[in-house]
Amino acid sequence: MTVGEFRDWLLGAEATPARLAALAPSLMPEMAAAVSKLMRVQDLISVASRIHVVTHFRSTVGLPGRLSTRLQPNHPTDDTAGVGASILDGLLMGSGDAVIGINPASDNVGTVTTLLRLVDHVRQKFAIPVQSCVLAHLTTQMEALNAGAPVDLLFQSIGGTEATNTSFGINLAMLDEASQAARELQRGDTEPDRSTNIMYFETGQGSSLSANAHHGIDQQTCEARAYAVARRYSPMLVNTVVGFIGPEYLYDGKQIIRAGLEDHLCGKLLGLPMGCDICYTTHADADSDDTDTLLTLLAAAGVNYIMGVPGADDVMLSYQSTSFHDALYIRSLLGLRPAPEFEAWLAETDLRQLAMPELMPAALSAGRTAR
Amino acid sequence: MKNTLNLRKYTPARVSLGLAGCALPTQDLLDLELAQAEARDAVHAALDVDRLLAGTEALGLHPVPLRSAAPDRAEYLRNPGLGRTLAAESISTLLGCCENWTGGCDLVLVLGDGLSASAANRHALPLIEVLLPLLRDEAWVLGPLCIVEQSRVGIGDAVGAVINPRFSVVLIGERPGLSSADSLGAYITWQPRPGRSDAERNCISNIRPEGLGYQEAAKRLSYLLHEGRRRGLTGVGLKDDLRIEGPAAQLLR
Repeated sequence: MTVGEFRDWLLGAEATPARLAALAPSLMPEMAAAVSKLMRVQDLISVASRIHVVTHFRSTVGLPGRLSTRLQPNHPTDDTAGVGASILDGLLMGSGDAVIGINPASDNVGTVTTLLRLVDHVRQKFAIPVQSCVLAHLTTQMEALNAGAPVDLLFQSIGGTEATNTSFGINLAMLDEASQAARELQRGDTEPDRSTNIMYFETGQGSSLSANAHHGIDQQTCEARAYAVARRYSPMLVNTVVGFIGPEYLYDGKQIIRAGLEDHLCGKLLGLPMGCDICYTTHADADSDDTDTLLTLLAAAGVNYIMGVPGADDVMLSYQSTSFHDALYIRSLLGLRPAPEFEAWLAETDLRQLAMPELMPAALSAGRTAR
Repeated sequence: MKNTLNLRKYTPARVSLGLAGCALPTQDLLDLELAQAEARDAVHAALDVDRLLAGTEALGLHPVPLRSAAPDRAEYLRNPGLGRTLAAESISTLLGCCENWTGGCDLVLVLGDGLSASAANRHALPLIEVLLPLLRDEAWVLGPLCIVEQSRVGIGDAVGAVINPRFSVVLIGERPGLSSADSLGAYITWQPRPGRSDAERNCISNIRPEGLGYQEAAKRLSYLLHEGRRRGLTGVGLKDDLRIEGPAAQLLR
């Protein structure tokens, strides 16, 4: 079978959801990348829309007719009240059912532990069916975990070559060991194994080129190879951060839009629960019209989740992603609903009880007053 | 569902925005688009080399103006490799001033525009001013202060290849965001030389009065340098373990 014939097969009636799911474990990432290159935007959308990859920790993400969001409450100095305020804002706008995931400004074990305890407190106090993650380096999260911090999902940026992963300060043995340790905490709520889906990975075209670790391979193939790394761990969440690295990799809005759709399809073909951080930086030739366009196309393609950033402006990472408002727009336009557990929580909860004093852990509030 | 809480006092993030249907109300939309335009302008701003030369000289340093291999901003944005390489004439300039450091040096400070010259123009001098006493307390022998136009973080490795310091600290403008067009980053590298990966550096980001203040940034920098010298490394093996103070410490138990 040629790559072109593979494209024809994927677009035909024989490629049923069941057959596509059966194909996922055996597909070479290089072939996924190759076939995506032969596809037009409509092909990338229509094939991906037939693949449903469902994962569960405390909420279920990826069901047909659903669209989840990662609530991303970053703060430039990891201030706990600042992070708490963005979490509150997001929850009130119906965001956070994929994960409440914080990028810490400081890769410091103490900071990571504090933020993990903050989210864990909010989750338990209001009985929210969500999972948390602090996206520090894997080794920092492991130090926190070993010291008793409440680690739900374990995060790592991954790339599609060994040299790229070396530049991230990781290798497969470290991922194996870390995922095993996090699994043993059994913090999810499925039976009998409470931690089937424990990992959260981020990727993005250009990371191998940026680290000079591409061996002359094109960035789309390197990206698909990163998905093969992710596949090894049955992750809870995987998203490309398309458009994050800059114009030298994806030059403008048109390239970012196409790359987002390619990444989503390649990840889904390999059986991953693909979300997308639909984003751009201020030095690329892109703007919010482009993120609106890609959001609408990816939702049509059945993307599992997107980011929820207050006002689309990440004040710590200094880039523009999708906002809580954007999620409301796309859910309303296409009739997409949040994860079922989270949807039920929103329906049952009197959201007026969610306010800042109640949200913050007692230790923090007391400290603040004493100051 | 209407968001009526005022959460803006807790965070610079764009929380508590209104709703027009599901969308942003017009005023919030216009605010966002103005910020976008300002951030774009910061990307294309120029490093104020004359003022930085005079300012660092006044602090008792030995500044030297250099250029990367990128001829202009457009080429710099398209080809980041050029921003990590010194222009040929700048290598000669740097070799020339090495004669003043025959005994070698511990630490080279590099000052670059990166993606926001505004950040370097505003925050480099005040940061260096509070950092210097801490470095002198630890008896660091400083090499020339390199001011490099059209530079990326990796320019510190190119400088290192010429001077061979034990450490480089690159102070460089971070990519402008909509709420922070002038964040300065500091990248510390042990034995800087071309080929170093980002995992071999430590980074302190968002240095500006509204983010990580000069004093705190200087303290963290000098701590990382101290530990890096003691252990002979930088990067993921060296953690930023400065003790957390204040109320947050209570959550660590």
